[in-house]
Amino acid sequence: MTIRTIFTGLALGAALLTAAIAAPSHAADSVKIGDMNSYTRLPAFTVPYKMGLDLAVEHINAKGGVLGGRMIEVVSRDDLGKPDEAVKIAEEMFSRDGVVLVSGNLFSHVGLALASYAKQKKKLYLASEPLADALVWEKGNRYTFRLRPSTYMQAAMLAEEAAKTGAKRWATIAPNYAYGKEAVAAFKQVLTKLVPDVEFVAEQWPALFKIDGAAEAQALAAANPEAIYNVTFGSDLAKFAREGSLRNLFDGKTMLGLLGGEPEYLDPLKDEAPEGWIVTGYPWYAIETPEHTAFKEAYEKRYGDYPRNGSLVGYNTMLSIAAAIEKAGSTETEALVEAFKGLKLATPVGEITYRAIDHQSTMGAFVGKTAVKDGKGIMVDWTYRDGADYLPSDDEVRALRPAE
Amino acid sequence: MGLLVAQLLAGLANAAALFLVASGLSLIFGVTRIVNFAHGSLYMLGAYCGYTALQYLTGPLGFWAAALGAAVAVGLFGLLVECLILRRLYKAPELFQLVATFGVVLVVQDLTLMLWGPEDLLGPRAPGLDRAVMLFGQPVPEYDLALITVAPLVLLGLWLLMTKTRAGILIRAATQDREMVGALGINQSLLFSGVFFLGAALAGLGGALQLPKGGADLTLDLGILAPAFVVVVIGGMGSIGGAFVAAVLISVVNVFGVLYLPESTLVLMYVVMALVLLVRPHGLFGRAELQAGPPAAGVPDRPLAPLGPRWRAAALALIGLLAVLPLIGSDFALVLATDIVVLALFAASLHFMLSLGGLISFGHAALFGGGAYAAALAVTYAETPMELALLLAPLAGGWLAFAIGWFCLRLTGVYFAMLTLAFAQLLWSLAFQWTEVTGGDDGLIGIWPSEWASGGTVYYYLTLALGGGAILMLRHLAHSPFGYALRAARDSEKRARVSGIHVQRVRLAAMVVSGTMAGLAGGLFVFSKGSVFPSALEIARSFDALIMVFLGGVDALAGPLVGAAVLTLLQDWLSRLESWRLLLGLAVIAIVLVAPTGLAGLAGRLLGRREVT
Repeated sequence: MTIRTIFTGLALGAALLTAAIAAPSHAADSVKIGDMNSYTRLPAFTVPYKMGLDLAVEHINAKGGVLGGRMIEVVSRDDLGKPDEAVKIAEEMFSRDGVVLVSGNLFSHVGLALASYAKQKKKLYLASEPLADALVWEKGNRYTFRLRPSTYMQAAMLAEEAAKTGAKRWATIAPNYAYGKEAVAAFKQVLTKLVPDVEFVAEQWPALFKIDGAAEAQALAAANPEAIYNVTFGSDLAKFAREGSLRNLFDGKTMLGLLGGEPEYLDPLKDEAPEGWIVTGYPWYAIETPEHTAFKEAYEKRYGDYPRNGSLVGYNTMLSIAAAIEKAGSTETEALVEAFKGLKLATPVGEITYRAIDHQSTMGAFVGKTAVKDGKGIMVDWTYRDGADYLPSDDEVRALRPAE
Repeated sequence: MGLLVAQLLAGLANAAALFLVASGLSLIFGVTRIVNFAHGSLYMLGAYCGYTALQYLTGPLGFWAAALGAAVAVGLFGLLVECLILRRLYKAPELFQLVATFGVVLVVQDLTLMLWGPEDLLGPRAPGLDRAVMLFGQPVPEYDLALITVAPLVLLGLWLLMTKTRAGILIRAATQDREMVGALGINQSLLFSGVFFLGAALAGLGGALQLPKGGADLTLDLGILAPAFVVVVIGGMGSIGGAFVAAVLISVVNVFGVLYLPESTLVLMYVVMALVLLVRPHGLFGRAELQAGPPAAGVPDRPLAPLGPRWRAAALALIGLLAVLPLIGSDFALVLATDIVVLALFAASLHFMLSLGGLISFGHAALFGGGAYAAALAVTYAETPMELALLLAPLAGGWLAFAIGWFCLRLTGVYFAMLTLAFAQLLWSLAFQWTEVTGGDDGLIGIWPSEWASGGTVYYYLTLALGGGAILMLRHLAHSPFGYALRAARDSEKRARVSGIHVQRVRLAAMVVSGTMAGLAGGLFVFSKGSVFPSALEIARSFDALIMVFLGGVDALAGPLVGAAVLTLLQDWLSRLESWRLLLGLAVIAIVLVAPTGLAGLAGRLLGRREVT
């Protein structure tokens, strides 16, 4: 090894490091928020999130920002869908960018890794989209809060509908990772409580984004269930829906789809969107409360595009952060943690509360049936379910969540 | 019975796209010896091009025309890559091109995102073939039957091309001995370009033909890559017929896996691969490589020499600089420096077996991730303290290296590389699907250092001491009798034997050393991140190590260190920008083109010192 070689490497490294460290400094009185999401791994789900988030920042800053005139400034990064990358970015955001908290993310494992980081380093993390129940229960901690209705909440909403259908022979298909496992477990737990004599005749576990639609559909058909509970999403769902309908798998069966009514999932299916599936989702085109109409119109005016579920989550994320900062009257982590506990705020889908007991927000979801209209999948016969009604009792939560 | 037939047919239909991709990969490897990591990207491009063509072409005829059009378009793109980038690298150390193809993967990812947008595109159904027919009382889609027919037709076409045309004879000749083909006055670059075009077109065709069964999305590229490698290796590198048999085998195993072992679908493929390779080390239809001569990494022109006193002093200065970094750098500089030390150790451990031993591993992540998981599992299930876990990690890495080496060292060159990849993937799929123990995709979290080492500065010093110490030890070993024996075995196996060196034993020992160090890197990595995920074992991690080694320079001991520093900083610097993958990809390609001997080699040249040590 030549030393010159080392020095060349070192000089090059030092140059890069200087360039990286010498990030432009911004107005000193802004409040910096670190937000990240899987923008390259799952852009269809996360780009609308960012658009919603940015819209909220514009709204808040237009009204004079927070804490009496301090503007909100978002440092945005791509977590690449990798937990270790996300942790590294969080470290960088706190130490280099000086953010007051981090928020965002979609994948459950990314969220769980950041929650662990938040606990270790005593920094605040608001998980926007990760659904894992463990995030607020088994692995919940003082420094982690979550906005979106969890896997358990949405599965419970669907289980309630499932009980009404009268079907007894159920089959499940879910991606083989935490989200899928939890979604099936929660559904089984709630449905069995409501209808003790249901039986589960088949469980299929395709690896995430590696589904073999044909083989899975045939395996499910072979078990001859009355009803199927589907948790697959993204390209997996498209393949499963197509191969299943080709093989008449869905004919005469009750079909349930977790998250299946969200535009992110329905729209790519176009006219092949499944019909008559009971789903949770987001019928942005039909929600006519004044709060939501205002949000929708502002979004459409700003972007020339309609909001997705992610847009709503992004928007509510930033509203929550601003509300917490106002309530805390400070940007100190401990003050913000206390402010988030029991924080109430108005959102386009109504008032939500961050529960002090487990740091889960009560943001709800829309439950309805899918239909195809004008060559596009939509939700019909939907109702909004308040998240607060689908959470276990306080005693159960205390048993699940480690004491602080 | 009906169900079994239906599953079998579904498996055969799946085999079609896989065969098309794998046959192209195999063909390109056979002739040009390029391990084309960008082959999955070509497949993805085929899907997107086909999708776009289908917006304009309708009807049954239009569908097949669109598929062919996509194949030609992708073939032309492949040609472009070959002419602009790879052609300039044929004289570089063998396997160096894989770094360039990795750059192409990144570039294609971002270009596709720019051109087609982020949303998943659902492929249209094939016109005229959009229903199912009943066979044995089970509905079987017509398009599946079409695919089952297409694959053998393509195989037939390739067979005719290979056996009945002059071009085919040349391709086969080049597969056997390309130097001889060149010596006979055949225009090699024309032949290489033609093969690259054909291979890329086959991948593109595969991508377009799977549209009615799936669609186009941005995960297709890396998603098909691992199965395609598996198929090529099982079939035998360079064998088209082998690729067909292997594609059918893997696809059928998969569909029955879905039926009987629904939670272990990923593991199966690699188990089959490992089993086949144990029985037939060169795949079902592969042949042992003709030249058992110099290893693929190439023999350096000048042997390594220990540092002179001046250089030693300068190295000490560098260590001193790193030691005072906490005083002069920011918190984040420490985070980056910790990462760099860990990755430098990881890269140096690969470099040790790759450069000194001529043992090229495509699955070095197995040892890194093995160490990482060993530490994390110990902490999670036995509440092992960090100090003990950090001892366990290198032990696990070394032990794994021993096990893998025991199986793989019977092979050489690219077969050895592929078998290591198989073992790494086997471990990865275990970590991924053995959810009860490893947490699957969700990984193991909450693995933080002991109280005394939990501050960023203390952990940095710990990493620097252990990682730096390990790197120095690797350097020391390189200049020890063991290192000389290892290099002797690499440069001339026969002479080494005659000199009384037990070649296999020396190589196995080198792998164990390498594994120990990679395991230590994995252990340090876990405690710096507080968690471990299957990504510690995935292909991309192995690629990272290879890229760091090649980018830095294979022939210099400093190479992996320079490579690790440059790649980490480049990534950190670029990842804040919108199209960072495009830029990183272009940067990697540019470095590869400017410095085919790696950055350390380039630096050595620029500074006027010709021997690269």
